[in-house]
Amino acid sequence: MKDAATRDAYGQTLVDIGANTDIVVLDSGVSDSTRTKKFGQAFPDRFFNMGIAEADMVCTAAGLATTGKIPFATSFACFLLGRTMDQVLVSMAYSNTNVTLAGTHCGLAVGEDGPSAQMIVDIAYTRAIPNMIVIQPADWEETVQATKALVDYEGPAYFRLGRPKVKGIFDSSYKFEIGKGRVVKEGSDLVIFATGTMVQESLVAMEQLANENINVTLVNISTLKPIDSEIVVEQTRKHGRLITAEDHNIIGGLGDAVGGVLLDNQIAVPFTRVAVNDQFAETGTGPQLYEKYGLSHNHIVKAVKDTLNKK
Amino acid sequence: MTTDIAKLENSALELRRLALKIIFQAGSGHPGGSLSATDLMTALFFGGILRYDTSNPKDPKRDRFLLSKGHASGIHYSVLAKAGFIEVSDLDDYRKINSKRFLSGHCHPKTPGVEIASGSLGQGLSVAHGIALGTRLQGFDSKTYVILGDGELQEGQIWEAAMSASKFKSTNLIAIVDFNKVAQDNITKELKDIEPLEAKWESFGWDVHRIDGHNMNEIMKVLKLPAHAEKPRVIIADTIKGKGVSFMEGQTAWHGVAPSKEDYEKALKELE
Repeated sequence: MKDAATRDAYGQTLVDIGANTDIVVLDSGVSDSTRTKKFGQAFPDRFFNMGIAEADMVCTAAGLATTGKIPFATSFACFLLGRTMDQVLVSMAYSNTNVTLAGTHCGLAVGEDGPSAQMIVDIAYTRAIPNMIVIQPADWEETVQATKALVDYEGPAYFRLGRPKVKGIFDSSYKFEIGKGRVVKEGSDLVIFATGTMVQESLVAMEQLANENINVTLVNISTLKPIDSEIVVEQTRKHGRLITAEDHNIIGGLGDAVGGVLLDNQIAVPFTRVAVNDQFAETGTGPQLYEKYGLSHNHIVKAVKDTLNKK
Repeated sequence: MTTDIAKLENSALELRRLALKIIFQAGSGHPGGSLSATDLMTALFFGGILRYDTSNPKDPKRDRFLLSKGHASGIHYSVLAKAGFIEVSDLDDYRKINSKRFLSGHCHPKTPGVEIASGSLGQGLSVAHGIALGTRLQGFDSKTYVILGDGELQEGQIWEAAMSASKFKSTNLIAIVDFNKVAQDNITKELKDIEPLEAKWESFGWDVHRIDGHNMNEIMKVLKLPAHAEKPRVIIADTIKGKGVSFMEGQTAWHGVAPSKEDYEKALKELE
């Protein structure tokens, strides 16, 4: 298990599998931060730094895809998606081109650069686009496997990656599969469905809860679309109470995706969503923001207890 | 005038009639921009410029054609039918529900011969450039042609792509500006002037040519030029919106309106 940022795992994996000449990587002038620079150094012919021009990058990637290439168009999530709704809709999703958008620096975890750099609406937006799948890996190992899976997957995809170093959770025995959630830890009192950094945050919360004899199950939802409705239904029925946890706005993210599955299956049980409460945050370190804006392990502990007390 | 040129001009007339016919049948569509692009597309598809095989429309070594000003789908589908990518009878369900060949108001790659979806202006040059980069990586000598509208040049993304193509020395990319001077609600000059256009493209590092976009001799001559050694090429084609139908020419009113039966019949007489 390796402690590192998911962007680091992404950049390293692209280099490791870069001998596949179908893979092409695009960036928009932030390749040092997104970690695609190494691919550019190793495979300069297949690396296209498009400059600070995300719209052009997305459409160029779509064009490359129509020739059979497998493009990874990469930038900070806020610009990669914020600038390109139209391009993603028409040239990428509607045209059903085999492009992966890799958005790094997602969520409040970005920290000091402030709300204009903290992308908290990307899951909502990409989930709502027909043909798109949405994946957020939780750690190094899962990112490595998911990057490889996206090379094999054919179709438009959004790959949500983070800036801060996160604790390794999985070893090589872990098997990532698009569309599958995984039980990380089993308990009995309640189930947490978490994604991205909130998997690690949940694990910290679970240690605190264990000291109070509260044992909960943690499920990692790394494919946000198509959501693994089977595991959501099964685990919710098994525990009868749930919370969701995500570094994303409360509208349109994991909580809504899980809630949708429960509605479709007529399951009404105590349920709390841990997410950004429909507001822009501010500057500060990632952990400070998680504390102030309701995402930290302390908030997960509270959400678990509140949910256990719900009738 | 050579017989080849005369033949192309006849084909262009036939295609103008066909485009107007399907827009009339559909009851909606964009006649003005279809008629301004007709001669350019006729030369590309039937003048021996584009290499394509309708029995193998996805041949990786084909040349590509993109119509970035996707609202001119009336002429695009007409050309695809004449070339044999689809049947002429398929055109009957242009813009109709359950269209067998997915002949939507704006094109989509479900239709054979279409490379990418259109409908939002400003994206086609970037997509075409991505294709040009892809075919070059594959070692093919394919060329990618993209027709842009003049109004479309008001989109900032066009100029992002213009910078990219010169940066990557994409000499296999040829952009053609259908400069018909008329947009939807105003003439382009008043909406937001895009001139001086040659100087703009030159300053972005392109090999610039300007022609009369309705003179088949001039069109063929420029399309036959060997690729520039290191620059992508843009052909600024001065055209007339609604070309060939006197009452449509130069009129914003004919941007996105289908002709009535009376107007359609009147137009056909002018296109004989």
